[in-house]
Amino acid sequence: MSGSTIIFYMLAALTLVSGVMAVSTRQIFRAAVFVLFSLIGVAGLYFWMQYEFIAAVQIVVYVGGITVLIIFSIFLTQQAGEKMLMPKIGRKVFSALAAFCGFALIMLQLYQYTFASTTNLPIEPSVANIGTQMMGIKESGYSLPFEVVSILLLAALIGCIVIAMKPKPQTT
Amino acid sequence: MPNTTYIVLIPLLPLAGFLILGLFGRNYFKRSAGIIATVLLLVATILSIYTAYGYFFEYGKVNGIYEKLMPLKYTWLEFSQGVSIDMGILLDPISVMMLVLVTFISLMVHIYSLAYMKGEERFPIYYAFLGLFTFSMLGLVISSNIFQIYIFWELVGLSSFLLIGYYYDKPNAVAACKKAFIVTRFADLGFLIGILILSFYSGTLDFTTLIQRLTSPESTELKTAIASTFLGVSALSWGMVLVFIGGAGKSAMFPLHIWLPDAMEGPTPVSALIHAATMVVAGVFLVTRLFPIFALSTPTALNLVSYVGAASASIAAIIACTQTDIKRVLAYSTMSQIGYMMFALGVSKYGGENGLGYTASMFHLFTHAMFKALLFLGAGAVIHFIHSNEMKDMGGLRKYLPVTHITFLIACLAIAGVPPFAGFFSKEEILLAAYQHNTTIYWIALITSGLTAFYIFRLYFSIFWNKESHPHDEHHGEGGFAMMLPLVLLAIGATAAGFIPFGNFVSSDGHVLESKFHLEFSILPVAIGLTGIFIAMILYKKQNNKAERIAAALSFVYKAAYNKFYIDEIYLFITKKIIFNLIGRPAAWFDKNVVDGSVNMIANITLAISVKTKKVQSGKVQQYAIYFLMAAILIAVLFIYWWK
Amino acid sequence: MMQPGLYQILFISTALFFIGAYGFLTRRNLITMLMSVELILNSVNLNFIAFNKYLWPDRLDGLFFTIFIIAIAAAETSVAIAIIINLYRSHHSIDVENAEEMKY
Repeated sequence: MSGSTIIFYMLAALTLVSGVMAVSTRQIFRAAVFVLFSLIGVAGLYFWMQYEFIAAVQIVVYVGGITVLIIFSIFLTQQAGEKMLMPKIGRKVFSALAAFCGFALIMLQLYQYTFASTTNLPIEPSVANIGTQMMGIKESGYSLPFEVVSILLLAALIGCIVIAMKPKPQTT
Repeated sequence: MPNTTYIVLIPLLPLAGFLILGLFGRNYFKRSAGIIATVLLLVATILSIYTAYGYFFEYGKVNGIYEKLMPLKYTWLEFSQGVSIDMGILLDPISVMMLVLVTFISLMVHIYSLAYMKGEERFPIYYAFLGLFTFSMLGLVISSNIFQIYIFWELVGLSSFLLIGYYYDKPNAVAACKKAFIVTRFADLGFLIGILILSFYSGTLDFTTLIQRLTSPESTELKTAIASTFLGVSALSWGMVLVFIGGAGKSAMFPLHIWLPDAMEGPTPVSALIHAATMVVAGVFLVTRLFPIFALSTPTALNLVSYVGAASASIAAIIACTQTDIKRVLAYSTMSQIGYMMFALGVSKYGGENGLGYTASMFHLFTHAMFKALLFLGAGAVIHFIHSNEMKDMGGLRKYLPVTHITFLIACLAIAGVPPFAGFFSKEEILLAAYQHNTTIYWIALITSGLTAFYIFRLYFSIFWNKESHPHDEHHGEGGFAMMLPLVLLAIGATAAGFIPFGNFVSSDGHVLESKFHLEFSILPVAIGLTGIFIAMILYKKQNNKAERIAAALSFVYKAAYNKFYIDEIYLFITKKIIFNLIGRPAAWFDKNVVDGSVNMIANITLAISVKTKKVQSGKVQQYAIYFLMAAILIAVLFIYWWK
Repeated sequence: MMQPGLYQILFISTALFFIGAYGFLTRRNLITMLMSVELILNSVNLNFIAFNKYLWPDRLDGLFFTIFIIAIAAAETSVAIAIIINLYRSHHSIDVENAEEMKY
């Protein structure tokens, strides 16, 4: 039982328990915080897998940006204090059943399948390697998707502004 | 040789009149419609007389027999080899005679209507309908194909419907035109089935081929037609009987006569044209057309024809003795005279001397058209003067309407069979034919001719003698030149037509039939006629109550005859209580609940299913997501575990 | 307990995915639905990185996909929040049961 195993299981527990609490708590602010913890757990798992760059990106973007965004929107819609309504019991049972069925199915398939890994030399996922590989135009270069995502971000930005604009007041 | 263009023009001129006046009359020809129609018809009459002259005296007679000529033949619809509906013109003695008759009487009615219908709001439409009728009737008489005659038959029925219902704001007129159309249409169903049977067995629709195949002794079609029987009667007899039913409907034979008295709701000139002289004789014309088949191949059907004709003649005469509306009296008189024509055909045989009934029937058709049209037009003049149809409003009119009086008297003498007027000659030939072949019918006919003289003179005396009536405007007088000219011309016809040697032109087999005058035979009918006139004179010439006392004495018989033997009530009973309740109501229930119900049920089921399934589209995103997830899992399971 | 390998990480990511799915289907609030979607996206990221580390260590494709997904998720969240704010303006509630105009 090495330390990394224990750390792994703790991180796993954090992620999953926070996730369950996030989807079942009745107070919206607490749900946001639980999501935050779940995202931190996922970042921790990235660190455990020795992919530091992604872990850092996760914390910066997801935890620091998106969760804050969500909290802002909660405040903007003035929902912070009250308890939320619960859905019908039928819906809960049904969804739980559906989720459990899907989970069981995928697990079943996974355990029956043997994953074959390649025998090539591993590459170090350092920032320099990530940069050169992504911007490269040779075989595994991802510069085109990079540009496409940039355009998407631009479109999303403009779209957000347009959708969230206050409607012009009618001239009386 | 026949000039085809002229012959084709004869029916087409009135048709042109119909189209022009029907389409443009209301806007452009409001006042001149009558003149236009009359001129067109005058040209048609001249062309008919020219054709008749040519046929009878120049080219029709070949080796002493009048030939059937077909100047025009055009194959229209071919069903199979040899069976086709042709449009053609058939010229033989009867069709040429009818051409002359129909155009002449129609011309008289056109001229008369110039004065009678003057000032009518829908004056052009009236002449348009008259043109349509004349076209249909002319087309009917020159049809060369049994289906073509059916087409024109229906057209004639339609024109009659339109003309009877001319005053469409009178509910009586509307009811009458519906009744006429429905009764004749119902009879035409029999006609159509008869056509189908005849064409099936003979393999053709053309008249000359049909007759030739069903009458020549060695033809195979005739043998099959007689051999196949249905309910004990040969198929050919069924066919001929059904065709006769169609003819009986159109000619108002008992028991399909109920529409004719009610048809008097139309304008009087229309009654003169259609319901006296031309349309109602269409049935007689049809039997005459198919006479060889009747006489040579189905004598039982011919027997039926004669008995129906005799029954109609006598029943109508009895009813006519009691009616008080002058047009109704004339309507029943028409029915009676057509009965004469029918049984004259019925007792006739084919060929030579035995074919006397055929010639007599056609002769009587010719003379009857003259004097019956005259009677109706004269009655129209009286109605125009008195503004009423009832006999009780009339009397002593001989002072006010002298021309009408004299012409009416001539017509009455003609129909009563008093020599030397036309009716005497034609009736005498009919009675002779009946005497030679069927004495029962002869005695019925004799008694009926006595009744005929009685009721027609009852009519005459009640209108022109009897009491003094007080008409509303004394200075009204006669109707004018346009009304008097046709009366005079028809009176000349009624007088002179008797002297035409009809047997030289029209006979059952085309040979000339010498008409002989049997003095000793004619004494009895003339005597009975004069007795009838005498009795009528006693009862009706001066105002007295002898007639009412006789009516009271025979109260039961009188009441039955006055109510037309309750035949209308019987029909109403049968249709309303029996047919409507036993057949109509269940059929309507079935249609509404089962047929409609099943269609509605399908619609309702669809609606119910859709109401249930439309909840799938609830607008709630999460529900869609659940369906999505479930479906994805299901498909995955299906493909992984089941379908290899 | 064995050395955690690919299967354990896949277990976690699958569980996180279906937790997120359950949350998406159950929550009545638009913002909590959005949070559940974030959980789902994160589980996918975890999956990519796991496959990249254990099956294809000589390539960085899974890493790149993860980066892209993070970027796109950020964009998507902001657009979603804009829509929620818009919807709140017209309905004055962020209950998803009230947003059923597209029904039959």
